[in-house]
Amino acid sequence: MNRCDILDVKKTILEDNDADANLLRENLRNKRTFYMNVMSSPGAGKTTTILATIKALSSKYKVGVLQADIDSDVDALTILNAGFPCIQLHTGGMCHLDADMSRQAIKRLYEVSSEEHYDVIILENVGNLVCPAEFDTGASMDVVILSVPEGDDKPLKYPLVFEKSEAVIINKIDALPVFDFDMVKVHEGVRMRNQTSKVFPVSALNGDGMDAWYEFLMTKVEAWQNG
Amino acid sequence: MHELGVVFYVIKDVANVAVENKVSTVNSVTLEIGEVSGIVHDYLIDCWNWARKKEPCVENAELKIETIDAVTFCENCEKNYPTVAYGKICPHCGSDKTYLVTGNEFMIKEIAVPED
Repeated sequence: MNRCDILDVKKTILEDNDADANLLRENLRNKRTFYMNVMSSPGAGKTTTILATIKALSSKYKVGVLQADIDSDVDALTILNAGFPCIQLHTGGMCHLDADMSRQAIKRLYEVSSEEHYDVIILENVGNLVCPAEFDTGASMDVVILSVPEGDDKPLKYPLVFEKSEAVIINKIDALPVFDFDMVKVHEGVRMRNQTSKVFPVSALNGDGMDAWYEFLMTKVEAWQNG
Repeated sequence: MHELGVVFYVIKDVANVAVENKVSTVNSVTLEIGEVSGIVHDYLIDCWNWARKKEPCVENAELKIETIDAVTFCENCEKNYPTVAYGKICPHCGSDKTYLVTGNEFMIKEIAVPED
């Protein structure tokens, strides 16, 4: 049998990404750019919510969007057709974005749009409640969207994404009458994972509840820009 | 499938350690993975066996995984209990004021390289 030496490493696997994410966050803070990471399962209404949000923010802020998907450009086209700067990222089969991919995407957004400055950049992460939560993207704020048809038990089943999100958007409340979604249970579940996150029951489609969300977000952007 | 992303990070770190230690080949890599870290060991090993062929220094390296038990502490009764069996609710007193003590780890413990 070959003899071998053991080298102690004792290093957290995602340490490099965490350091990279912190660096990106600092750079963005210096540039006064608020970077929001939006996570959800596929079909929860990320694109619809983001579109409504950028329309609301655009009177006050310069906003751009990064769309991350394994394939296709349907989401980016939706944003571009509405007249907002957007780039589509393909993750090449990967289920998430990390800090380095974020940095490259932000750089590319500036290049293709010839903008000097963005106040807000919104990342639509890959539709998945598990993996994106593991990787720090360098965002100023993490947000999770949970839609009514998915069920009120998701905070119990996918702890991490609810632990790390400062805002939980409960989308598609216009569909409440046809689903057995319990609003009290979902609040309890969210609270179990995070004591301080804000919950926003909304319909991104018809605008119900969205004003409270915009107000919260604008407060966050302002606080970020004022250091 | 975030196992694949994790494997790329491991390979990058191991390659850096190999360069720092002036070794060109690695026999094995040992990871410490918490029981509730969300990593599926079999997937991780499958991903490893695919991805290692792309980095010469780990091409023939075996991936070893050591599991760290998940333990939760209850702030109410100040006792520990096994997380996987009882989840967020303390089996001693029924409180939900609990937090994970160990089990979320995600570490490269050591690598084995041929003896000089």
